[in-house]
Amino acid sequence: MLDVVHYIFNLYALEAALNGLTAGIMYALVALGFVLIFKASGIFNFAQGVMALFAALTLVGFQEGQVPFSHLINATFGTSIHNFGWNMPTLLAIPATIAVMVLLAWLVERIVLKHLVNQAPIILFMATIGLAYFLEGLGDIMWGAEVKRLDVGIPQGMNDTVLDLTDQWFGYGFFIDTLSLYATLIAGILVTGLVLFSQYTKEGRALRAVADDHQAALSVGISLRFIWVLTWSIAGIVALVAGIMWGSKSGVQFSLSLIALKALPVLILGGFTSIPGAIVGGLLIGVGEKLFDIYMQPFIGGATENWFAYMLALLFLLFRPQGLFGEKIIERV
Amino acid sequence: MLYREAGDFKTTYASDNQTFPIRFDRYAYWVLLVLAFLVVPFFLNDYWAKSIIVPFLIYVIAALGLNILIGYCGQLSLGTGAFMAVGAYATFKLTTDFPDLNIYAVFVLSGVVTAGVGVLFGLPSLKIKGFYLAVATLAAQFFLIWLFTRQAWFFNYSATGMIAMPERTIFGIVITGAGASSLAIYMTCLIFVVVMAWLARNLTRGNIGRSWMAIRDMDIAAEIIGVNPLIAKLSAFAVSSFLIGVSGALLFGVQLGAAEAGEAFGINKSFLVLFMVIIGGLGSILGSFLGAAFLVVLPVLLKVLLVDTLGWQSDLARHLEIMIIGALIIIVLIAEPHGVAAIWRSLKDKLRLWPFPH
Repeated sequence: MLDVVHYIFNLYALEAALNGLTAGIMYALVALGFVLIFKASGIFNFAQGVMALFAALTLVGFQEGQVPFSHLINATFGTSIHNFGWNMPTLLAIPATIAVMVLLAWLVERIVLKHLVNQAPIILFMATIGLAYFLEGLGDIMWGAEVKRLDVGIPQGMNDTVLDLTDQWFGYGFFIDTLSLYATLIAGILVTGLVLFSQYTKEGRALRAVADDHQAALSVGISLRFIWVLTWSIAGIVALVAGIMWGSKSGVQFSLSLIALKALPVLILGGFTSIPGAIVGGLLIGVGEKLFDIYMQPFIGGATENWFAYMLALLFLLFRPQGLFGEKIIERV
Repeated sequence: MLYREAGDFKTTYASDNQTFPIRFDRYAYWVLLVLAFLVVPFFLNDYWAKSIIVPFLIYVIAALGLNILIGYCGQLSLGTGAFMAVGAYATFKLTTDFPDLNIYAVFVLSGVVTAGVGVLFGLPSLKIKGFYLAVATLAAQFFLIWLFTRQAWFFNYSATGMIAMPERTIFGIVITGAGASSLAIYMTCLIFVVVMAWLARNLTRGNIGRSWMAIRDMDIAAEIIGVNPLIAKLSAFAVSSFLIGVSGALLFGVQLGAAEAGEAFGINKSFLVLFMVIIGGLGSILGSFLGAAFLVVLPVLLKVLLVDTLGWQSDLARHLEIMIIGALIIIVLIAEPHGVAAIWRSLKDKLRLWPFPH
């Protein structure tokens, strides 16, 4: 019996759970972008993960002074240009990337959303799948598809303080990446900032009005199109943050866009319309998939992270479709 | 003056309800069949068969299946790749466990197995809809692929984790395996496409197809007028998965010969088939053909144009292809939500009145 208790409550599992918590924050960051757009425009933005990839690629490109489309230019004109020959400091590259994401938001509104007003949600969803493909190709053509290292000056590697402290307390040092701690901090700041923005500024209030009721917001003179550009810009910035975190951890590469697929079950769990839901859902899935993998590995084999989140989401869909914090879905005829 | 209803008098209800009410269409259909069965085989070479025609035929079946689910019944599914994998692995298990079973029967049985799995994963559709359902089908996608790559029983404990198709014959003609001629492969796929398209067309215009469309257009209203949503949705999942399963079985058994679930049937395959349906036309049998043709030919065309003619690197061409496909999806959804098939339809309407505008 004691063995079983030890098996369940071992420190190794606790460490894994803590690491899962930090992975969960990454999921939550991407899920946050989803929620913002879904609340403001009712669009389920499948491209959020690719936006994170695109933002990270752009940031690296700016930092290293890459010439955009250099591969395309070289292939067409037979030239061999790759770099401008200067490096942009990170503090300059981040605002420049934000500018690109805002421009992207404006273009998306101009070229795509404007023409799809009043279409069924499913059509808009499929349009964002198209957008995801387009952005993925664009990012690769603009900046090249090889795996890139992203360094914005966040310290990385094992955190010695945590190791020492836990060693004193439990007699077993926890291995926690410093980057994860910073990610937690930055995610906290981001969410606080977003809440303050939406509660205390004029634009934030307009944003919430649109999220509540499009028609009513229009009738009191809120420009729907401006709000859409605004939300897509904010989602772009959130994508940039997620891209920086994920990119510094494991390099900027295509797999980054796949975290969007992890963010979908997070949303189901937390509810599509709830910002705290996105955070809690992300943490739950981050911890849950790590623990499930540890405990179930002897019985069904490893790599269950691939589907655990989805199966959990499926159960939620069957018994509580609105998620933990979402508004109840009421359908009127 | 060819394309007219005038003078073509229908005297029975059966002829009034036929698939091609216009005589020209009817003849064109038969001419096409004769061409496909009797003329194309003489001009078939290995390159065309392997890289264009056979993939096209196989994806037509998958697109037909997905079109029934999305275009006719309105249930979005992103699990197509996994359902194709079910068909492929069912074929592998059936034909290795029962080597004497007729290979065509194995393909059909694989479809039946996939239909069962499809119904199982279609159960949530009774409660949820839209992209909530898309997430549920994504669960199928990831779970099934994990099952096929991690549980050794499915790939007969082979060391590589791959499944390989053994050689099977019908009337002494090699259909699968390395020894199959492109003619045998082409004919196999063609027979399945014709039968499946006939099945899909007749199901969608019959009673059950109308109940699917009623659910698609407004499920609550459909329920009120007496459509049973349980039967309608699950039958759509069953028929759709059956077609997708057969297509997966053919893709593995006839075209690839060897496959690994994660690589051949990943999420990208789901999107590829979805794009075929969107570009071709939601809710159109012809659209499934056009969409599959377009997305099979586009990469080949781009490769010939950019890599072989202009000397680009092949990864650059592939990125451009992804970009073009993404842009096309958006353009089609904005400009012509019913796809290329709708353009063809309006063209036919113009043709009927030609040379007069109204």
